[in-house]
Amino acid sequence: MYNTEALKLTLSGDREVVFTRHFDASRQLVWDAMTKPELLKRWLFGPPGWTMEVCEMDLRVGGKYRWVWRGPDGNEMGMGGVHKEVVPPVKIVNTQLFDQDWTGGEAVGTLVLTEQNGKTLLTNTVRYASPEAREAVLKTPMEQGMAMGYDRLEQMLTTSK
Amino acid sequence: MSPTARLDAAFAALADPTRRAILARLATGQASVTDLAKPFSMSQPAVSKHLKVLERAGLISRGRDAQRRPCRINPKPLAQVNGWLEKYREIWEENFQRLDGLLEEMKAVQKKQSPAKH
Repeated sequence: MYNTEALKLTLSGDREVVFTRHFDASRQLVWDAMTKPELLKRWLFGPPGWTMEVCEMDLRVGGKYRWVWRGPDGNEMGMGGVHKEVVPPVKIVNTQLFDQDWTGGEAVGTLVLTEQNGKTLLTNTVRYASPEAREAVLKTPMEQGMAMGYDRLEQMLTTSK
Repeated sequence: MSPTARLDAAFAALADPTRRAILARLATGQASVTDLAKPFSMSQPAVSKHLKVLERAGLISRGRDAQRRPCRINPKPLAQVNGWLEKYREIWEENFQRLDGLLEEMKAVQKKQSPAKH
């Protein structure tokens, strides 16, 4: 079956990554799932095996947010920033900075939700501090992904007997 | 150059809009410096400079013909960049598939809570 909902990811200019994805739900529901900590914690896990441990959201202009994930080996990865623009249930602009700052400075994210016939289109644009920062972000999951791919293969092989 | 250094060079080369446009042109077939200079309304030395960066990054190779030295695209480093993008996409897609599941749950709850329409 052709999956029309699949995520599209494109590089824009020299330092932006743009995500687009359709959801089969109203904009208000998508907004809630993306802004309420108890709901965010249920889906925003990061790479496989990681879970969201801390999710603090002060959803006001100038309000801070803080997210922390924990990996299978106990490693923690945290990020946070400040909300620059909040227009429920349509738009959020925020700053994004990882604790380890492997993106070489603050990035700016712009999330826009548009509703069409009861479905919601998400457009998320992340503008990194530099072309090198974008490169680092794209490379990291690739390097981790290689190891994780093997873990998952092993899991599959042992559970399928 | 090590494979990592070469990929770093590829990313740096791709950061420039003119070089991305040159690559897009070369994706349709090989071209000489003269061919490339025309649509970009750039001097040949300026184009040559960009080509040198692309060549050093392994993104293009140039023919031996001393007169024309036609440029052609090297697909391998570009495929590697796409590989990274794909891995990153997969991670996000897994998150979004969980979000799909959660939204279905939320829709069911909403249906139950709102009184039936008459």
